[in-house]
Amino acid sequence: MHAIELEGVSRAYQKYSARHRFQTFKSAIVKGDFFRSLKPDELVTAVDGVSLQVEKGTTFGVIGSNGSGKSTLLKLIAGIAKPTAGTVKVEGKISALIELGAGFHPEISGRENVSINGIMLGLTKKEVQRKFGEIVRFAELEDFIDAPVKTYSSGMYMRLGFSIAINVNPDILLVDEVLAVGDAAFVPKCLDRIDDFRRRKKTILFVSHDLATVAKICDRVAWMKDGRIRMIGDPKRVVDAYLQDVAAAQEEEFRERMRAAPAPGAEAAGGSGEAAAAEAGEAEGAGREKRWGKREAEIRKVVLRGLSGEEKHVFHPEEGMTVELDVVARESLADFVFGIGIFNSLGTLCYGTNTQIEEWEPVSLSGEGKASCRIEKLNLVNGTYYLDVAVHRRDGYPYDYHHNLYSFLVSSTLRDEGIVRLPHRWAFSPDIRLKPPEK
Amino acid sequence: MKRLAANLRELYKHRLLIRTLVGRELKARYRGTILGFFWSFLNPLLLMIVYTVVFGLILNPRDLAIGDTAWLYALYMFCGVLPWTWFSSSSLESANVLMINGNLIKKILFPAEVLPVVTVTSNLLNFLFGLPILLAFVPIMGKRFTVYALFLPVVILVQYVFTLGFSLLISALTVHFRDIKDVLANLMTFWFFSTPIIYSLQMQALQRVPWVKTLLALNPMTHVVEGYHSCLFYGELIHWKKLGVTLLVSLVLFWAGYAVFDRLRDSFPEEV
Repeated sequence: MHAIELEGVSRAYQKYSARHRFQTFKSAIVKGDFFRSLKPDELVTAVDGVSLQVEKGTTFGVIGSNGSGKSTLLKLIAGIAKPTAGTVKVEGKISALIELGAGFHPEISGRENVSINGIMLGLTKKEVQRKFGEIVRFAELEDFIDAPVKTYSSGMYMRLGFSIAINVNPDILLVDEVLAVGDAAFVPKCLDRIDDFRRRKKTILFVSHDLATVAKICDRVAWMKDGRIRMIGDPKRVVDAYLQDVAAAQEEEFRERMRAAPAPGAEAAGGSGEAAAAEAGEAEGAGREKRWGKREAEIRKVVLRGLSGEEKHVFHPEEGMTVELDVVARESLADFVFGIGIFNSLGTLCYGTNTQIEEWEPVSLSGEGKASCRIEKLNLVNGTYYLDVAVHRRDGYPYDYHHNLYSFLVSSTLRDEGIVRLPHRWAFSPDIRLKPPEK
Repeated sequence: MKRLAANLRELYKHRLLIRTLVGRELKARYRGTILGFFWSFLNPLLLMIVYTVVFGLILNPRDLAIGDTAWLYALYMFCGVLPWTWFSSSSLESANVLMINGNLIKKILFPAEVLPVVTVTSNLLNFLFGLPILLAFVPIMGKRFTVYALFLPVVILVQYVFTLGFSLLISALTVHFRDIKDVLANLMTFWFFSTPIIYSLQMQALQRVPWVKTLLALNPMTHVVEGYHSCLFYGELIHWKKLGVTLLVSLVLFWAGYAVFDRLRDSFPEEV
């Protein structure tokens, strides 16, 4: 038995405002010609030929990046938007948590808003009266229920909205990313209530960016991209596929950015002699804090690679990374040190080292060459990191210092915190029992 | 026609929602004011006093069609202004109502036609709150009630249907043509003077230009306001034929307004 059934559902929106849709006011009125047929280039297809079934009593998740059509899909199911093509079939009473507290009137009290909102969502007067206590209790607003809603904080507002919507007692609950506003105490309460729904064999459609929750509570998950369903099935598999896609997109974006704004100094590359170096040094006067040094030895290019050699900017914490420097020495040098430093987005140095600290003895540097540092395992937590690379004299005099000019991303589903991820393993004596994470 | 019947059934199904929202409108309107609901009486009372002073004592017009005292002229005006206020504020508010409540249309499954209906109905209630002031002034200003005053509900009904039709049309069209809001504000001034509110169709000057009279007769609000005059000011039987035709016109407007509303309904969630 299906609670929700979509059959080739599409929804197109116009790119421009309504004014372009009509030929003239006159033709609209006289001919009754309200809708001119639109050219395809004036349309944006938010949902494109989506077919899916949701079994009664299951929890169905929808994930995808912003603008992938998730919310439009939800509105189509809720009946708020009409499909341009295809059919939407829904079995049972729907309550949609698309925007909490939509329809609250700021001037009147919470009490009156509860009854009005309840009626808007399809309750009768009696039902509202019966559920009133429960609604207020769940929202934890006993002391404020007679105050006008305009005096509520945004948290109170959303708690009341959620509490009403969930007490409408629908057969199908549509949840659209509304839990993002709640505080640490209220969100688990809401999730509890959603769990309760699951136990009572109601159907839930859950749109969220919180992939961990989606993977945990959903029976099946659909991943939407550009208005189409890319994948549908087991939550863990779909979430993983989505994450891989996101990582690939981030990688692409990093490359794009590198191409658009090449590392400073690249344009000076190829120049030789003191004059060129001085000129380059001057040209970079504005970005002095980013790069400095007289460039007796110059770092021409910095490439981040995965351990198998491919160029890369998005890493998993368990992955390794190679920092590769292309170096050119304008004169023969016998005193030089290579160093790297990794900073997190707060500017904290996570790790820094150089050849001097590790007691490498410089012998000679001349002409072109490559220096690389291989990090076996990054062991960093989620986030963006910035890289310093430098070549300098042992007394600290810089030949070429690049400060935070390169960045990379560490991305994983784990939400551990701190500066580094220390390699670790949990162990418990037999009387403490935990279920290990699924791998 | 079948569509209209279905729509009316739908409206009836949402009567609880309409009632609740009308209550909310009225409550919110005077929320935070010290006098509260008393304003519903006070506003027309003050208006009445202003008219009496300005038109009764200062301008001091005399026309046998209305009466020979200043008080009578003020009463005559008030008879027309009160229902006119109901009509014009309903129309002007309707032009905005879908946009103001865009959240409801966009975020929850909500029958949009409820909104203009609520606007017109809450303004009707405001009119009804002001009516006792008008009724009280009829004897004070020296007129006597006749049994024909009992036809007042008929006139109110005709105006309700007409205003509903107009508001449905305006609210739906304004979503697509935002200019209507500004056009309407000007149209209302023009319409006000095209309705026998500050003058009477029986005035001497009008008898000399019959084509103007014909034009004025084409305005449905003319017959509605005349209806109020008949019931309360002249104390005579309402003009059945004219009011009957007006009711017919109102029903057609209601049907047309609802049809346009229906036609545009699906575009509201993305346009408001």
